[in-house]
Amino acid sequence: MENLRSAPPILTARDAGLIGCTHCGKVDRPGVARCARCGARLRARDVDGLQKVWAWLIAGIVIYIPANLYPMLSTASLGKTTENTILGGVIELMHHGSYGVAGIVFFASIVIPIAKFIAIIYLGLSVTRKVHMPMHRRHTLFEIVEFIGRWSMIDVFVVAILSSLVRLDFAATITPGIAAVSFALSVAFTMMAALSFDERLIWDARNEDVE
Amino acid sequence: MTALISPHLPDPDAMLACPACDALLVDRTVSVGDTASCPRCHTVIEAPRPLAMTRIIMLALAALILMIAAVFFPFLELGAAGMVRRSSLLDTVMAYATGLTAPLTLAMAALIVVLPVTRFLTLLYVLGPMAFGWHPARHAVHAFRVAEALRPWAMAEVFIVGVAVALVKVAGLAHVSLGPAFWAFVALVIVTVLKDNFMSRVTVWKTLEARRRS
Repeated sequence: MENLRSAPPILTARDAGLIGCTHCGKVDRPGVARCARCGARLRARDVDGLQKVWAWLIAGIVIYIPANLYPMLSTASLGKTTENTILGGVIELMHHGSYGVAGIVFFASIVIPIAKFIAIIYLGLSVTRKVHMPMHRRHTLFEIVEFIGRWSMIDVFVVAILSSLVRLDFAATITPGIAAVSFALSVAFTMMAALSFDERLIWDARNEDVE
Repeated sequence: MTALISPHLPDPDAMLACPACDALLVDRTVSVGDTASCPRCHTVIEAPRPLAMTRIIMLALAALILMIAAVFFPFLELGAAGMVRRSSLLDTVMAYATGLTAPLTLAMAALIVVLPVTRFLTLLYVLGPMAFGWHPARHAVHAFRVAEALRPWAMAEVFIVGVAVALVKVAGLAHVSLGPAFWAFVALVIVTVLKDNFMSRVTVWKTLEARRRS
């Protein structure tokens, strides 16, 4: 398409002294508080949003710690109760030989959250510091973080389904543990961090990289 | 979309700012079936599809009906040691209701049922009147803002993957069979994904503005 021809340096709405709406794309003159088309709050750049990003992110990281230390679910079977943390659940799945599912849970509950923490920290720092990753790459990274965040919720749902299903009183009973709450909060907080990030900041970074 | 380079800028109304990277672009009408993306960050800005409005409405209606089925029919059935336990979607939502995990019950209800339903309803409210060629309903702009804000929080498809994982975990322990509600929910996820693919956010905003009562 015509879109892809190599363009001369691009003028942004802010450079032109205007404000672009991040929701509907409408361009407004400065001084307008709310977008005339969609009613969203207008900001040339949401620089304060970066503080929100850090706040949500720190909250997410802090609450991710108890999510891993406390039991996610406890199984009572024939008078014996075993408690499983997130990692414990993964290991148990591997003992049963279901490597695929163990992989999904490990990925969704451990790899994705930690990778997300690192990615958001990196993107946040890249706004104020010089980094080596090209803008396009960082833009893709942000899109991945934004897309993948909700999928970490899988384990919380799994525990809910298991404990609603396995209630065979004397045979076996599964009850959810407190870690489910902190894990769900951690996922929600990191999603909030990603949502508060103004992705336009990626493209403003002072190091105009060569594409 | 074409980037603006000249310092002599036209009227703001003839321009569009890329929602992802703020590049100033000439706002042109994107024809149906075409895709307009930003020349700098390649984000798709508009992708109007034929009959998109009617299709989104139909799919949202279908999703609502499926959700009703999913909530009220048995979801999963577990049999072990001669006992059968049926579990509905409601039971799953209530799984956290006792003890310290109680606040999660609200979150579960919201993520699986309430927020998806709210999204379907707001989309019907926004697009319904316009599909008939009428003016948008009152507060349609607010309703569409709500629908867009809820998008990341409506987690029906994440839940379905969760069910799959749970099934494998229980499979060794007992015999599990899938109830009608499970299939309703699977259909719901497919319908939701189709619906979101037809949706072009910027196009809806422009249409809302163009058809607004003045």
